[in-house]
Amino acid sequence: MSRDRIRKPSRSIRADRQEWGMLLPFLLLFGVFTILPVLSSLVLSFTDFNMLEPPSFVGLRNYIRLFIEDDIFLIAVRNTLIFAFLTGPVSYFACLIFAWLINELPPRPRSLMTLVFYAPSIAGNVYFIWLWIFSGDAYGLVNSFLMRLGLLDEPILWLADPRYNLRIIILVQLWLSLGVSFLAFIAGLQSIDASIYESGAVDGVRNRFQELIYLTLPSMGPQLMFGAVMQIAISFSVSGVSSALAGFPSTDYSAHTVVLHMQDYGTLRFEMGYASAIAAVLFLTMLLTNSGIKRILSRFS
Amino acid sequence: MRTPVQSLRRIGRRGRTGRRVTRSLGGDTGVLLLLVLVGAFMGLPFVYAIMQSLKPMEELFIFPPRFFVRSPTIENFYLLTQYAGNTWVPFSRYLFNSLFVTVTATAGQVLLCSMGAYVLAKGRIRGRKTVFAIVVTTLLFAYDVTAIPNYVIMSGLRLVNTYGALVVPAIAVPLGLFLMKQFIESSVPDALLESARVDGAPPLRIWWSVVMPMVKPAWLTLIIFSFQSIWGREGLEYIYNEALKVLPTMFRQISAGGISRAGIAAASAVVLMVPPIITFILSQSRVVETMAHSGIK
Repeated sequence: MSRDRIRKPSRSIRADRQEWGMLLPFLLLFGVFTILPVLSSLVLSFTDFNMLEPPSFVGLRNYIRLFIEDDIFLIAVRNTLIFAFLTGPVSYFACLIFAWLINELPPRPRSLMTLVFYAPSIAGNVYFIWLWIFSGDAYGLVNSFLMRLGLLDEPILWLADPRYNLRIIILVQLWLSLGVSFLAFIAGLQSIDASIYESGAVDGVRNRFQELIYLTLPSMGPQLMFGAVMQIAISFSVSGVSSALAGFPSTDYSAHTVVLHMQDYGTLRFEMGYASAIAAVLFLTMLLTNSGIKRILSRFS
Repeated sequence: MRTPVQSLRRIGRRGRTGRRVTRSLGGDTGVLLLLVLVGAFMGLPFVYAIMQSLKPMEELFIFPPRFFVRSPTIENFYLLTQYAGNTWVPFSRYLFNSLFVTVTATAGQVLLCSMGAYVLAKGRIRGRKTVFAIVVTTLLFAYDVTAIPNYVIMSGLRLVNTYGALVVPAIAVPLGLFLMKQFIESSVPDALLESARVDGAPPLRIWWSVVMPMVKPAWLTLIIFSFQSIWGREGLEYIYNEALKVLPTMFRQISAGGISRAGIAAASAVVLMVPPIITFILSQSRVVETMAHSGIK
């Protein structure tokens, strides 16, 4: 029975008021710290604002400067797009495939493997450990290993060298990325009714890949959508790993990202108008990517 | 004893016909091998940090370096408790800051998100669908993305350089409200709420004494997620005072000390990673139960 049908014509206004009262504390903080930043950055992006004097309107100047004059922003965009359109999909499919494989294990190994794969994304800032593994001196784990094998004569500065650092950050980002979406996929797989596999086998599903494509994925539509949103959120906001491993700024800005560029102008140079323009571009790109992916996913289910 | 491959195959068995037709021995072995290899990659940094943290001074500086520890010691953990950061802020202060910020923000998040989620899932007010649609859209905007625009707001509210800068924005988290609403919607029967309403219970009472006890897995999950994300967060954009900084910042300062502080840095990494991992181990089944309702239609 739906709630609307049992709703009486004379709804209690007092109960309505109490319900709004219960929603209000969340709405207030959500509005101030999630909605307001998005809206205010859209407005401030058309101004010159240094936090000391009131903002002054400058029209499109910030955006023109961003896309035409700022070469470092273009590096940041290139790197962020690599994370968004390479690391993002790879980590999304990794979440799905490992959730699928782990789900077939017996319960105890399954819990253990879930923990092992999920641990990197929850363990605080411990991605710093990779700093020691890829350390540039001969004490670094990778350097000492390769030198002992005779593959290297002298240590490589993995994280300072623009030829390697972005790749290492991609690797660490992938290591970190089996997070909430991975758990959502595991949960989704566990709640699928096992009888569809039996009838599928009767209908001629022959191997595990056919099973995945014809039976499993179509039953997981909502989880796949949730996972996509979370992976977009992660892959567009890469910043902490880059600054921790490659430094801030990295050598020749080789590992610079859009969020780092925003931090640079926001917290170091206090050019808030310009930082807001960067934020606005980022918000719009994420929203567009999200609606694009929604369209692709809804075609499948 | 069954080998892992045998037990994997046993799970695949269904009914009288024996082996599931969609599984082959070669495939099962390949899957197991892949999981072990990738699992080793995922776990390597953790094992390395634990090894380093247990090494005595002379093993840390041995050349060429060894991966495994020979004569383990807890000396590095003792040194960590004696550590004092920039401007002589002691370890205990960073630990207190981390615990204080994480606990207050998590408590606030669980209360506000579940209270709001109850109204969005089961309430009768108009506009709740619109509010929920907005919340779902903002799942996209992670903490890092809004941090700089937030700086203007925080400084306007005079929160910069206070505990409030770390706590207040971490309370109304879209993911918290989202997970809670989905769980309440699908696991609390309407008839039960209706009978409570007929008895004259106000919405606040229904939420606290009917709904909350029924959705324990969901708020336990919220505690885990909130704890994990706030525990690892530095908030350096908003905090300049060394006495207000948290454990991850201290960890970073120690790491920057290079090889001379390798042991104590590893010990602090272990201290940092153990609490979120333990909380997850203790509540894994609850978390998975909650995530089963996480889909977006």
